[in-house]
Amino acid sequence: MNIHGIKAIYRFEMARTGRTLMQSIASPVLSTSLYFIVFGTAIGSRMGEIDGVGYGAFIIPGLLMLSLLSESISNASFGIFFPKFSGTIYEVLSAPVSPLEIVTGYVGAAATKSVILGLLILATARLFVDYSILHPVWMVGFLLLTAITFSLFGFIIGIWADDFQKLQVIPLMVITPLTFLGGAFYSIEMLPEPWRSLTLFNPVVYLISGFRWAFYGTSDVNVAVSLGMTLVFLLLCLLLIRWMFRSGYRIRN
Amino acid sequence: MAPIITINNLSKTYASGFTALRHVQLDIEPGEILALLGPNGAGKTTLISIICGIVNASAGSVKVAGHDIRDDYRDARSLIGLVPQELATDSFESVWATVNFSRGLFGKAPNPAYLEKLLHQLSLWDKRDSRIMALSGGMKRRVMIAKALSHEPRILFLDEPTAGVDVELRRDMWDMVRDLRQDGVTIILTTHYIEEAEEMADRIGVINRGELVLVDDKVSLMQKLGTKELRLQLQAPLQHLPQALEPYRLELSDDGLELTYRFDAQHENTGIADLLRSLSQQGVDFKDLHSKQSSLEEIFVDLVRRKA
Repeated sequence: MNIHGIKAIYRFEMARTGRTLMQSIASPVLSTSLYFIVFGTAIGSRMGEIDGVGYGAFIIPGLLMLSLLSESISNASFGIFFPKFSGTIYEVLSAPVSPLEIVTGYVGAAATKSVILGLLILATARLFVDYSILHPVWMVGFLLLTAITFSLFGFIIGIWADDFQKLQVIPLMVITPLTFLGGAFYSIEMLPEPWRSLTLFNPVVYLISGFRWAFYGTSDVNVAVSLGMTLVFLLLCLLLIRWMFRSGYRIRN
Repeated sequence: MAPIITINNLSKTYASGFTALRHVQLDIEPGEILALLGPNGAGKTTLISIICGIVNASAGSVKVAGHDIRDDYRDARSLIGLVPQELATDSFESVWATVNFSRGLFGKAPNPAYLEKLLHQLSLWDKRDSRIMALSGGMKRRVMIAKALSHEPRILFLDEPTAGVDVELRRDMWDMVRDLRQDGVTIILTTHYIEEAEEMADRIGVINRGELVLVDDKVSLMQKLGTKELRLQLQAPLQHLPQALEPYRLELSDDGLELTYRFDAQHENTGIADLLRSLSQQGVDFKDLHSKQSSLEEIFVDLVRRKA
C-alpha cells in the first residue's frame, strides 16, 4: 500500500480547494442561502406543514442533497479531468500507485470537501429556519455515503470527459433536474399518478427520502430501500472505475 | 551484469490503427547512457511511455530490474524517473510543494534535506516558494527534472530533454546527466539532435517507423557505419578527372581545386596508398590533405533513407 502516494494526491487536492475557496465553498453556501430565503422564509411561510414538518425545515435535506450531489460530482470530475487536460496526469500514471490508491486520493479529497460543504450548509440553514435531527448518526452516515458515491461518479465523468462541455453536461442536464424532480421541494406523496410511480425510477428520490428520514423520521420510501439503492449505485461506480483502469479507457490509450 | 531493462518483442498499435512500435527487442545495461534517435513520429515517446506505465502495450513485455512492468508495477515504477517532452506542470503549485508531491506519489517518505540539495543542484532553491506559472520555460524544465529526481530513481528517462532549451540550460543538463551517471543512474534519452547523442551517449539506438533499426556502442557504430573522406587541395585546378583515376570514384569540386575520396575506414585496404601513387603518376600535385570521419548525423540520415 502506497500511503505516501495517497496522502500526496489527497493533500494536492485539498490545497486546490484552499486556493479556490470562493468557488468551492462560498458560492454553494450562498446559493443555498438564497433558496432558504426564497423557499423557506418567503414562500414557506405561506405553505402548510408536510408530514408534520414546517416547509422551511422540510426542504433542508433536499437542498443539502442538491449541493452535495453537484459539488461532489464537479469536485471529483474536475480533479481528475484537469491533470488530463494539462498533461500532468503523466506523473500519476507513471507512479507506483494502484488504481484504488489513485481513486482513494482523488475521491477522498472530493468527498471531504463535500462533507465540509454539507455541514456548512446545515449551519447556514440554522440562521433561517429551526430544525432538529432525529437520527444524527444516520444523517452523517447518509451524508458520507452520498458524498463518496457521487464523488466516485464525478471521477468517472472526469475520466470520460474529453472537453469542458462534457464535464458540465451530466451535472447540469441530468443531476440538477433529477434532484429538483426527486422530491427536494415536495413529498412525492403529493404527486398525482402516473407521476408518482414514474418518480420511483429517479434514483435521487431514494437519496433525499433516506436523508429526510434521518432528519425527521418520515420518508417517501422505506429507508432500507434508500440505503440499498445508494449502496448499489456506489458498487456500480466502483465496478465502472475498475473496468476503466483495467482497460486503460481514456487513460492509458 | 544483468540488464536493468529488458524489452521483449514489444509492439503497440493505437486505437486509431496507427502502429507506433513493431517487435522492439532491447536490453539496457545498468549505468549506461542510451540515446534513442529517430525522426518525429518514429515511436520513441511511445516506447518510453510504455516502460513508464503511461501507455499500455499491445504485445510483448518489459522488465525493469527483473520486475515485470504490468504484474510488478510498483517495484518497476519506483525505480524510474521520467521527464516528458511536453512542459506539463501544475501552474498554481509552488516549486517546493510540487517536488514534495512527486516524492510522496512515488511512495517515498518526506526528506526535506534531499529535496533541498536537489533544488540547489538545479538552481531552483531561490525559486522554491514561487508558483510554477511565474517561472520561465527553462526554469519549468528544471522543475520537471527535479520532480523526476525527487524520489531518487535508479533509471532516468529524458524525452527530448533539450528541445527548445537555451545553451546554458543544455550545458547544465549535460553536466547533470554526467553526474547522475557517476552515481550509477541509468539514463535513457531520446533526441533528434545528433550532437547530443554524440556528446552524451555510450550506446545509440535508432528507431524509425516503430522499428529499432539498430542499437550499438557509439564508437563502434561510427566505426562500422562511418565512411571516411579524404580531401585533397590541388596545386592547380583540374578541368576533368584523368581516366586512370576513374576506379577511385573521386569527386571534383566545381572550381577544380579539391578532390574528395570516400573510403571505408574499417577496411584493411583503404586504397589511399594506391590513390596517392596514381595521382603522382598522373602528375596531379596537391598542397594539403585531410581526412574526416562522417558524423552520426550522416550515419543516421543514411540509415533512415535506406529503410524508407
